[in-house]
Amino acid sequence: MKKSGKKLILDTKGVDRVLSRLTHEILEKNKGAEEIVLVGICSGGVPLSRVIQDKIRSIEGVEVPSGYVDITLYRDDLSRAGYQPRLKRTEIPFSIDEKKVVLVDDVLFTGRTIRAAMDALIDFGRPKNIQLAVLIDRGHRELPIRADYVGRNVPTARAETVEVLVGEEMEEWKVVLRENLPGKGK
Amino acid sequence: MEGGATGEPPREGEVTPMEWRRKHVLGLADFSAEEIEFVIDTARSMEDVLTRDIKKVPALRGKTVVNLFFEASTRTRTSFEIAGKRLSADVVNFSSAVSSVAKGETLLDTAKNINAMMPSIIVMRHPVSGASQFLSRHVTCSVINAGDGSNEHPTQGLLDLYAIIKVKDKIKGLKISIIGDILHSRVARSNLHSLSRMGADLWLCGPGTLVPKEMVRFGATVTNDIREAVRDADVVMMLRIQLERQKTSYFPSLREYARNYGLNSEVFSLARKDAIIMHPGPINRGVELSDELADSSHSIILNQVESGVAIRMALLYLLAGGHNAAR
Repeated sequence: MKKSGKKLILDTKGVDRVLSRLTHEILEKNKGAEEIVLVGICSGGVPLSRVIQDKIRSIEGVEVPSGYVDITLYRDDLSRAGYQPRLKRTEIPFSIDEKKVVLVDDVLFTGRTIRAAMDALIDFGRPKNIQLAVLIDRGHRELPIRADYVGRNVPTARAETVEVLVGEEMEEWKVVLRENLPGKGK
Repeated sequence: MEGGATGEPPREGEVTPMEWRRKHVLGLADFSAEEIEFVIDTARSMEDVLTRDIKKVPALRGKTVVNLFFEASTRTRTSFEIAGKRLSADVVNFSSAVSSVAKGETLLDTAKNINAMMPSIIVMRHPVSGASQFLSRHVTCSVINAGDGSNEHPTQGLLDLYAIIKVKDKIKGLKISIIGDILHSRVARSNLHSLSRMGADLWLCGPGTLVPKEMVRFGATVTNDIREAVRDADVVMMLRIQLERQKTSYFPSLREYARNYGLNSEVFSLARKDAIIMHPGPINRGVELSDELADSSHSIILNQVESGVAIRMALLYLLAGGHNAAR
């Protein structure tokens, strides 16, 4: 950690390279894009899943379906929060039955979000399997969950925060590790 | 995504989460425009859930919602029951006719007993104005007013607003006419609060005995001429005429009421072409609303019912967090 309390982990190019590798790994493991659907977890996983969708299009020349899921209503800490979090939307406009669902998130931490996302997915159908792709794995798991595709393993202290700033509308992408601001956990 | 205790930190370009600090929903009189929009936003997400095959999410697992109804109700009670069940809450229905209330128990005793069973939320309908306010002072859980006397019916006010927004995309600047027994209508009162707060051009219409002039304080225009109220209206909201009022002298006869204040195709033709008709139900067909119009494509009466489930899910969800975490 530098004096500023902030450390750059990935810049625009770095994020792009990592996502290219993840895309290739997804395609390699699944022997192509057939039956693959992408589901980004709101909010951080959504832009990442769009980038992966673009990359699959340019590599394989196919358009894989892509949706997103808001896990708020599936959280296990709803009544522990000081107030109810603002709901976001879930949009999975295709059937996930018998599909290989690749869940995409920005940071894998305790694993509780992924648990909630899997519960949400199963309410939408019965996928053939669910795989997990994350840009950053920062450790500190509280559930027996692991990612199938990891962009970068980043050892962190619990008190630190991993910030992922990636989005189509953003000129510059970056992943930053910073000392935690009081009241924020990530 | 894996947030701390206060949810995930806001991201760039995202609205900062509003903090919902309200413990009870007793009326819309003190609701800000921001709060109303927040409830509507939450309801939109709830409506997503209602379009799925599995129309249930675990958000309120382990919470108990008690429906405490001291007045007949099908729509509202069922709507709250479905809303609670969609969110995985345990819903208990309690109606006065078959309970200890019939044995003479007071509201306070009933409330204290139910409170002792530790529900998260009590939803109450009561014939006396202010009853839910009273209840909220004597219980530790949240209270939602499902109609108290002629005071307020806040969830109806919110669902009407939501149903209008879904068709018209806005409230501000719309000419919205509420026609009927304004004096005794809790639906009208809640709608007046929410619609005026959101900037509607509000009109109230009915016989002089049923439309108190003091309603102009909401910025509403008061008229006794239904044609004036309907002319160029975007929304015409008909209120149920309570048949028991016929016995009193508010108006001479139902037939005369229907002739002067009932909405039929001829009067409705004065409204804007894309105008919508609303009614909180149950309808007295042929009295305040003609058969033809009630079943026409202008009628959004069933959309109101549909919106009701989403709005009630939103409120149950918002009230179940935070302050009563221990329950």
